[in-house]
Amino acid sequence: MNDLTLIRKNVFRKKLRAILLTFSILIAFFIYGGLGAFYAVWNSGSELAAENRLVTVNRINFTVSMPIAYYNRVQAVEGVESASHANWFGGYYQDPTQQVQTFAVEPASWLEVYPELVFPPGQAEAFINTRTCVAIGEDLAGLYGWSVGDRIPLLSNIWQKTDGTSSWELDICAIFDGETDEYPANYAMFHYDYYNEALAFNRDQIGWMVINTVSAEQNQIVIDTIDGLFANSPAETETSTEAAFSEAFANQFGNIALILLSVVGSSFVTILIIVGFTLVTAINERTSEIAVMKTLGFPAPRIFRMVLAESILLALIGGLLGLGLAYGVVSALAAAVSAFLPGLSLPLDVFLTGVGLAVLLGLLTGLIPAINAQRVDIVSALGKQ
Amino acid sequence: MSETPLYTLTDLSKRYTRGKETITIFEELNMTIDQGDFISIMGPSGSGKTTLLNLLGGIDKPSGGAVDCEGVRVDQLSQGKLAQWRASHVGFIFQFYNLMPTLTAAQNVELPLLLTKLSGRERKQRVQTALEIVGIADRRGHRPRQLSGGQQQRVAIARAIVADPKVLLCDEPTGDLDRTSADEILETLQLLNRELNKTIIMVTHDPAAAEYAARQLRLDKGRFVESQAEMA
Repeated sequence: MNDLTLIRKNVFRKKLRAILLTFSILIAFFIYGGLGAFYAVWNSGSELAAENRLVTVNRINFTVSMPIAYYNRVQAVEGVESASHANWFGGYYQDPTQQVQTFAVEPASWLEVYPELVFPPGQAEAFINTRTCVAIGEDLAGLYGWSVGDRIPLLSNIWQKTDGTSSWELDICAIFDGETDEYPANYAMFHYDYYNEALAFNRDQIGWMVINTVSAEQNQIVIDTIDGLFANSPAETETSTEAAFSEAFANQFGNIALILLSVVGSSFVTILIIVGFTLVTAINERTSEIAVMKTLGFPAPRIFRMVLAESILLALIGGLLGLGLAYGVVSALAAAVSAFLPGLSLPLDVFLTGVGLAVLLGLLTGLIPAINAQRVDIVSALGKQ
Repeated sequence: MSETPLYTLTDLSKRYTRGKETITIFEELNMTIDQGDFISIMGPSGSGKTTLLNLLGGIDKPSGGAVDCEGVRVDQLSQGKLAQWRASHVGFIFQFYNLMPTLTAAQNVELPLLLTKLSGRERKQRVQTALEIVGIADRRGHRPRQLSGGQQQRVAIARAIVADPKVLLCDEPTGDLDRTSADEILETLQLLNRELNKTIIMVTHDPAAAEYAARQLRLDKGRFVESQAEMA
């Protein structure tokens, strides 16, 4: 027997209370782990962004297009290493409920600005050289069971062709993936020219440009130069780093971080109150036992540490179970939602922060009971028996 | 009796303050206790019996005077030093046993040994010996609620002696027991006094229990009255 035996036995001395407390802590950490995983994948755009990559959009907002002529002028700006452009196609397959994130891009330059896209041998060339080719992300291909050689119609809920239809017939000639799991592979890309020539309206317009600068140090100069080029024009531009653009894109739905923080914070404060109050009551019930331990010679600081360790142990058990459950649920969901939330997983930093939070929760909830235990007066505690 | 007393109480006083009222429990109490004494202290409720026991055990501080134990001024020790001193010098036996309900009998007995540097094996050996001395070794794996009152008090005695203290302070050790169990406990205490030379100071309301002591004291109005002294 040692102190840990006493701590463990005291934590589980009332099993129902221990189970309920553990369960409430578990729920808080499950919420934290689940939302943490969601936030990580939601925010991955800014984390995966290259330091020297910029995005130029119409100053009004990124849904408003700009002339393709801008692209030629941007390429000539000093400090620009490579550039490409894209349009949001807003596609679906067969039925509007079967959304397919699709971009109309210039393949050769797009693959130059995004070297992290990985193609099987020969398929990048096929994508560049085949006018009707659509390159499909691996997760998306898996979702619909598509493979190279398939011919599919992609319909747009935004654009119309001159023939009155909204369907582009496309040949799958490439299936790509990101160089790591964090990079999304849940979208499709096809030729801008093939898209543009059939448009009934908004022809020769581009949605946004992606620019790789010579080095990140050049970013601000290039940003100022590009936006200066189109100042006072009908379509003024706003250029920002890819990270800032991704963050702004994510935040268009609201301050996700604040929302998640509020939810997690509320659950933690609630748990703090519940567990803290319960532990104070539990220690008060044990006043005479603590007095006996002091009588036997257990020094007050040791009793303080033991009571604090009880609450930390309880918080760690609940916290680890909650994080484990979050890991299980997130892992189970990952495959099912890979097309919409690629790379969904419980990141290690979220897990480790969770463990740290569990220790902190244990310290906070155990502090008052530990102080109370340390201060138990032997004579008055035993005198009340 | 040895030449140097184990305890020397000099001009010991204890007062409590309740609101504006000061209650004097005893004033200028003087006594000596020798190593190997078995003393019973009787007296009416509120006479200060338990308070005296608390002062001897270093779990309460006197209002004045000195508690000297083998040259150590117990009344002047800091809380930390007092805890150390209690762990090595004094064993406590309570009326309501005060065993840890989550621990087995053996674990309860082992509790004071967690404060020593003994190895796990040595601790087990000591626990076994203590349980055998009080005749409860066969119940070593039982929790307190699985034991009778008399058995629980035996476990409490084993806990009190396991660290081999010189002094056992017993506060109404038979107060919650039937006559048969009480006699068994008192015989055990007598055995510890005779065979292991433990100094026993026992507070009791029970004249029959007091009979087991070699020296019977009565505390009344803050003064000791030595009613009987018979060496067993």
